[in-house]
Formats: sequence, C-alpha cells, structure tokens
Amino acid sequence: MPVTHLKKQFSLPECSGDVLTVQDLHFSYPDGHNALHGVSLKLCEGDKVALVGPNGAGKSTLMLHLNGILNGHGDVEVAGQRLTRDNLPAIRSMVGLVFQSPDDQLFSPTVFEDVAFGPLHMGLSEEEVRARVDSALEAVRMSAYRDRLSHHLSVGEKKRIAIATVLSMKPSLLVLDEPSAGLDPRARRTLINLLRDLPITMLVSTHDMKLVQELFPRTIVMDEGKVVADGLTIEILEDEALLNAHGLEKP
Amino acid sequence: MHFDAFDRYHEKDSFLHHLDPRVKVVVTIVFIVSNALLPDAAWFGFLFAWIFLLLVNAASKLGVAYTLKRSLLALPFALIAITVLFSIPGKPVLQFHFLMWDLTVTDMGLLRFVSILVRSWLSVQMAILLVAVTRFPDLIHALEHLRVPAILTTIIAFLYRYLFVLTDEVFRLLRAREARSAAVPGTRSGGGVLWRAKIAGNMAGQLFLRSYERSDRIYNAMVARGYSGHLYTLNPHEMKSTDYFATAFAIVVIFVTQILGRF
Amino acid sequence: MLYSPTPMHIPDGFLAITISIFCWVISAAVIGVAISRTNKSLGEKQIPLMGVMAAFIFAAQMINFPVAGGTSGHLLGGALAAIVLGPWAGMLVMTAVIAVQGLLFQDGGLVVMGANILNMGLVTAAVGYGLYRATKNQPKGVRLAVAGVAAWLSVMTGALLCSIELWLSGTSQLAVVFPAMMGVHALIGLGEALITVSALAFIMQTRPDLLGAGSESASGSSSWAWVGGLIALVVVLFSPLASADPDGLERVAINMGFINNGLSAPYQIIPDYTIPFLGETALSTIVAGIVGVIVVGGVVFLIGRGLKAKSHS
Ligand SMILES: Nc1ncnc2c1ncn2[C@@H]1O[C@H](COP(=O)(O)OP(=O)(O)OP(=O)(O)O)[C@@H](O)[C@H]1O
Ligand SMILES: [Mg+2]
Repeated sequence: MPVTHLKKQFSLPECSGDVLTVQDLHFSYPDGHNALHGVSLKLCEGDKVALVGPNGAGKSTLMLHLNGILNGHGDVEVAGQRLTRDNLPAIRSMVGLVFQSPDDQLFSPTVFEDVAFGPLHMGLSEEEVRARVDSALEAVRMSAYRDRLSHHLSVGEKKRIAIATVLSMKPSLLVLDEPSAGLDPRARRTLINLLRDLPITMLVSTHDMKLVQELFPRTIVMDEGKVVADGLTIEILEDEALLNAHGLEKP
Repeated sequence: MHFDAFDRYHEKDSFLHHLDPRVKVVVTIVFIVSNALLPDAAWFGFLFAWIFLLLVNAASKLGVAYTLKRSLLALPFALIAITVLFSIPGKPVLQFHFLMWDLTVTDMGLLRFVSILVRSWLSVQMAILLVAVTRFPDLIHALEHLRVPAILTTIIAFLYRYLFVLTDEVFRLLRAREARSAAVPGTRSGGGVLWRAKIAGNMAGQLFLRSYERSDRIYNAMVARGYSGHLYTLNPHEMKSTDYFATAFAIVVIFVTQILGRF
Repeated sequence: MLYSPTPMHIPDGFLAITISIFCWVISAAVIGVAISRTNKSLGEKQIPLMGVMAAFIFAAQMINFPVAGGTSGHLLGGALAAIVLGPWAGMLVMTAVIAVQGLLFQDGGLVVMGANILNMGLVTAAVGYGLYRATKNQPKGVRLAVAGVAAWLSVMTGALLCSIELWLSGTSQLAVVFPAMMGVHALIGLGEALITVSALAFIMQTRPDLLGAGSESASGSSSWAWVGGLIALVVVLFSPLASADPDGLERVAINMGFINNGLSAPYQIIPDYTIPFLGETALSTIVAGIVGVIVVGGVVFLIGRGLKAKSHS
C-alpha cells in the first residue's frame, strides 16, 4: 500500500537577498547509486542553517554540488549566478567548503601554506595573500599557529585551521560538513563560539542536535536524497514524529 | 596516536637555524661532494673537514653528541667495504685465518677502508645537521628554489604531510593484527609464512585503497579552493647578507680542505 | 625498529664521485622523461594522487611479517607502485620516497641519491611494470603469478646494480659483494613478491576498476613489456657470469678503464692539480687553474651579493 507523507509547512525566518538557490537537483554516483533526487532549497543573506539527516541521507553529496565538485541535474545559483563550467572559479571563491576530515582539508605541510592556498589560487598578489592569511587566522583565533606544522595540531585545532583555509578566500557562503564530529567538549565549545561570532552565511551539516538547537535559527532535514523539512529550528525540534521518522533525536 | 618519531627538526635559536635553507642545502651537498673528492688517506683534508663540521655543529647549538650519536647509522653498511682490506695490493700488516680463508690485511687496504668510513661518517653528520636545523617544509622550499622540478617537490610535500597520517593507519592495522593473533607463549602464532605474508599483503592492499580514496577527497578539497591543475606557492625566504657571507665562507673552507687533502 | 633500512640504501662515502654523478645523470634523464610523460598524460588529479601514493609506499614499507629466526619480510614497493600507478608515475613516486628517506632520515646518502633512485626506484619500476604489462590479456592468476616474479626480479635487478656500482667505485670486490647482495636480496625479494601479489589480489578483488582498462595501471605502452623483459634477461644472463668468473669481469673492467685495480681510486679528479683523464699535461694544469678561478670568482660574487643584500634586520 503506497503511503503518502504530507509535507508539513514550517515557518521560515525573514529573508533579505538570496545567497544560494538550489532547484530540483538530481544526482547519481558512477556506481549507479541515486544519492539526490530533487533537492530544492534557498539560503538568505546572514542565514545560519543546519542540515540534518541520517547517515547516507545525501548531505555531503549536496554540499559537493554547491561549488561544482559534483555536477548533477538541476540548478545551483550562488548570489544570483547560475553555476556553470565558465564561472566555476568565481563560484568557488564565493562558496567556502570545509570537508569533514581535517586531514583531507589540510594537505600542506604548514598551516601558513594551507591557509594561503585558496587566495593564491584566486590569483591575488603576495601582500594580499599574506594579509588574508593573517586575518583568517585571526578570525579563528589561531594567529599563533601560522608557522606550525599541520600534522602537529590536535583535531580541534585542525578543524579551526580548516575553517580558516576557506575564510581566507572571503566567501559569501560557508559550507561546513560535520564540523563538530570528533571534538572533545572544550574544543566543541570553542568551535560553537567561533561559528556564532562569524558574520557570514553558513550551511552546516551535523548529527549534533544540541549544536543545532544552540546555534542555528533554521534547520533543513534531509533523508534519502530529499529535503523532508525546512523551517525554524524551534518548530522542527518540537515535531517528534518528524524527528523519529528520520532517525533524529530531540536534544 | 600522534606519530612524531619521524620529526628530525630540533628547535633552537642558533645562527644555523636562521640561515636561509638554500644555503644549508647547497653547503651540505658541496661538503659531501668534497669528501667524496678527497683522495684516500688525505688525513689533513679529513681533519680540516672534521673541524669545519665541528664549527658548523657549534653554530647549531645542538652539541657534538647530537650528531655523533646519530652518525653511527651508516656503520652497518661498512660491511660492504670490508673486502678492500684484503683485496688491495700493499704491504701486509695483519694475517689471519678465518673459516676457510687465509686473509691478509694490507696497508693500502687499511688506508682505503678507513678513508671510506671517514668520508661516510663526515658526510652523514652534515646531513643530520641539515635536517636538525631546517624545518622540512623549508627544505622543500629550498629544493624548489634550487630548480628541483615542481612536480617532485609537490609530491615530496604531500609525502611529508601524509607520512604521519598513513603511518598512524599502518600502526592501527598492525595493532589490530596483533590483537587478533594472540598466541600461546612459546609457540609461533598464525599459520605458515605464506599465510602471514598474505595478511601483510592484505594490509598493504587495504592501505592502498584508503590512500587512493583519501587522495580523491584531498583533490576535492584542493579544487574547492581554486586548484585547477597548476600549483602556486609563495617564496617565504629571502637571502640576507649573512647568508651570502656564510656561503662564501663555507666554500673557501671546503676549497682549502681540498688543497690540504692533496699534500 | 619501525623503520628498517634495507641493505640497498647506499650512504654517502661509499660510491666514487664519478659513479655518483654518472648515476645522477641517468636518473635525472629518466625522471625528466617521467615528468614530461606524467604532465602530458595525466589529469590534475594526479598531483594529490601521486603525493598520497608516495606516503602510502613509505608507510607500506613498515608493514612486515615474521619469516623465521627473527627476520621479517617487507616491501620496497617499486614494482607495486609502478603496477598500480603506471610506470612513469610509479617512478616519480619512488623518487620522492627515496629522496625523503635520504633527506629526512639519512637512510641513503644525498650525493649518492642518484644511484639509490636508479637502483630502488627507476629500475624496480621498469622491471616490475614491464613484466606485469606483458600479461595484459591473461587471466587473473597468471597476472598475479607474473607480478610476483616481476617483484622478485625488480629487487634482484636493484641489488645487481647496487653491487656493480660499489664494485666500480672500488668499495667492494665483485667476487664478494655480488654473491652477498644477490643472496640477501633473493630472500628480501621473496618477501617483496609475496606482499606485492597479495596486495594486488586484494585490490583486484575490491576495486578491479583500479587495475583494469582505462586505469592508471594500464597507462604504460606495450613497449614496457620489452623494456622489462630485456632488463630481466640481462640480470639473468649476467648473474651466472658474475658468480662464475668475477675475476674475469674485473679484468674486463680494468681493461676498459672503469677501475684502476683499486690502487688509486677513480675519484681523484684533481689530484695534485692534475686531472687524471688528462694526465700530467699543460692542459691539466690549466683546467685546475680554471677551477681555482671559478671558486675565487664565486666567493667574490657571494661576498658582493652579501654586501648589497639587506642586512639581518
Ligand atoms: N563516491 C561514492 N560512490 C558511490 N556512492 C556514494 C559515494 N559517496 C556517497 N555515496 C552514497 O551516496 C549516499 C549519500 O551519501 P552522503 O555521503 O552524501 O551522505 P551523508 O548524508 O553525508 O551521510 P553521513 O551523515 O554519513 O555523512 C549514501 O548512500 C552513500 O553510500
Ligand atoms: Mg557526510
């Protein structure tokens, strides 16, 4: 017997200017696995949005589409520009994507080289690159770590440097994949404070519902390659049926 | 687990630590070439080279023991050269019987053998000093500036970065193997050699796949930050006057070594 | 010991400078070709792939398995790297591994690094890949068996080259170094072969696409089979010759001017201000003079630059 789920409407925060628009995005991996079918969402200037959903829901896959690392069917627009092959470099400097494992994100021997990688590849001048590295490290409060070796850092430090590696590109949208995974309580607290203070639009995938409750006014729930709910976090966290249906827990 | 056993850099606030890495690389290589050029039994040359080494060591504030301890590394290889003791014609200095051979150590052979060891011993100490006073990423920059092809220096930089991550993985794999192959004390555990080799090979295969997939994720992280096939780097080093003077000084000393070695 | 140096990493001091330079020239030429080939044929993904693979080979060399009597088998990796990455990329990866071992760990010298790269990186990759490539359309079992032989032969080839270099440098007698190196490496090669085969079997089972058509592994042309076969043939032919009549070879080398019967080493390039190849001639004195002038000129130049450069601020 086919079951139809009624998609419940949640209220959304006020919006002033779109930073990101995704429309009807479909994607299958080369092995045939259908990871996204028909994802649509919109992010507004200054939004801080949590992206939640069970393992395998397609969160990471969606994020890889936001700056064109994966190309599915459908539309991705960043700051009004439709993502195409030609404006890829421009889009990539606007969308700062931080991957789940900081060991993959930090691929250079030293912190400085890693934070400088983005600005250098945007073609900025040497002074500008250096200035950006300094201000990005300042923003994540890691200025003292400029000349450290990446492999000497703790997980929490690596995560903060990983965020600096994209902040140095001055993105208009920060996309973080599970930033709090693997952190001890203190490092997690530091990260939360950091994310709260960053004056930038962000989309953050996480399994950490406490983090969602504390930090993000808006939440998007994904499951099986689809957006199943999108609205104010307080409303979504109250909907126990929704949470249970998608393997989430109320914090 | 953090794997720091591979770090060779030794932080100190010394003249040598502040020297431009290019200078250090070039002088090290010239020094080693010079040792190789010194004829056998060039005792004055060897002595002078050693004095230079001690001087460099003093400028590093690491202490003589630091390099001395580590310099024994190449010693096992001396076995390879042992035959020159007997094979080079000269006046016999020592004769003995070993297993089924009558062996005669000649004076020329002895000079040759000791010369090889001294050359190796001096050279390896300078190489030890080089990495002790230069952070490896700076060494990579130096190679870049000395016209080593970018693709090689880039591979070396990645190798250095992921050395630590992947050896961590190896140790996790090894520990997991140990945990599963508990044996009754005194007996050898786990099947024959072939079986053990197969387990080791599977570990290598597994490590390969993980590394392969990791390289994909790293590629994504690079692309996300604007990489499109060409790598850009900044030059963080600038030659100062002390760097030039140090190079000139070292070259003079090494040249004098060569002359002394020929008297 | 975590990191066990193999008897094939030659330290500085053990090779004559002429041999070191000769090996550097060959290695640099091959590396140059490898760079231009990889630049041409491989995508931008290749850089992180080769980088992480170099770390993989380095780490995989630490995987060991007990053999007998406290000895253990482990991997050098030249054949494996070339088989999974293709010959040129495999060579670059091995070059980086050997460079880091020499630079960072003094496992192998710096000036002799050209020889170490040649022995352990380039030749192992060529033999390993070549023989494996020859089995392109064969069933899996055959490919694995040949890969094992190729891995073993790759180590033997490296050991052979290593002993020849030591011999030509006047560091060892061929009659001793050759059987010793080959004997030890016949065993080491077995470990190499076993690990290489089971690693490949594992990869074939879990990710056959990485070794199939269109993969990096298949990127080498079919002429590699000839290269690998030829080198292997030389090793196989040379070995009995060297063991049966090392003195004969020594005589040949002396006659051809490679070695000087050890009396005066071939690395005396400027003994007593004369150049050995040129003899006690006026020319020789002139060359020695030019070397002196170059050194003095260089020193003056450096001091000049030093005076001009910004002082230690
Ligand atoms: N490279 C790939 N090839 C094939 N399938 C993949 C690949 N990467 C992910 N998938 C599949 O796509 C689906 C979505 O994966 P994705 O990583 O986007 O999920 P996720 O929501 O990020 O999960 P998690 O919370 O575990 O990180 C999963 O079923 C996964 O198995
Ligand atoms: Mg994910």
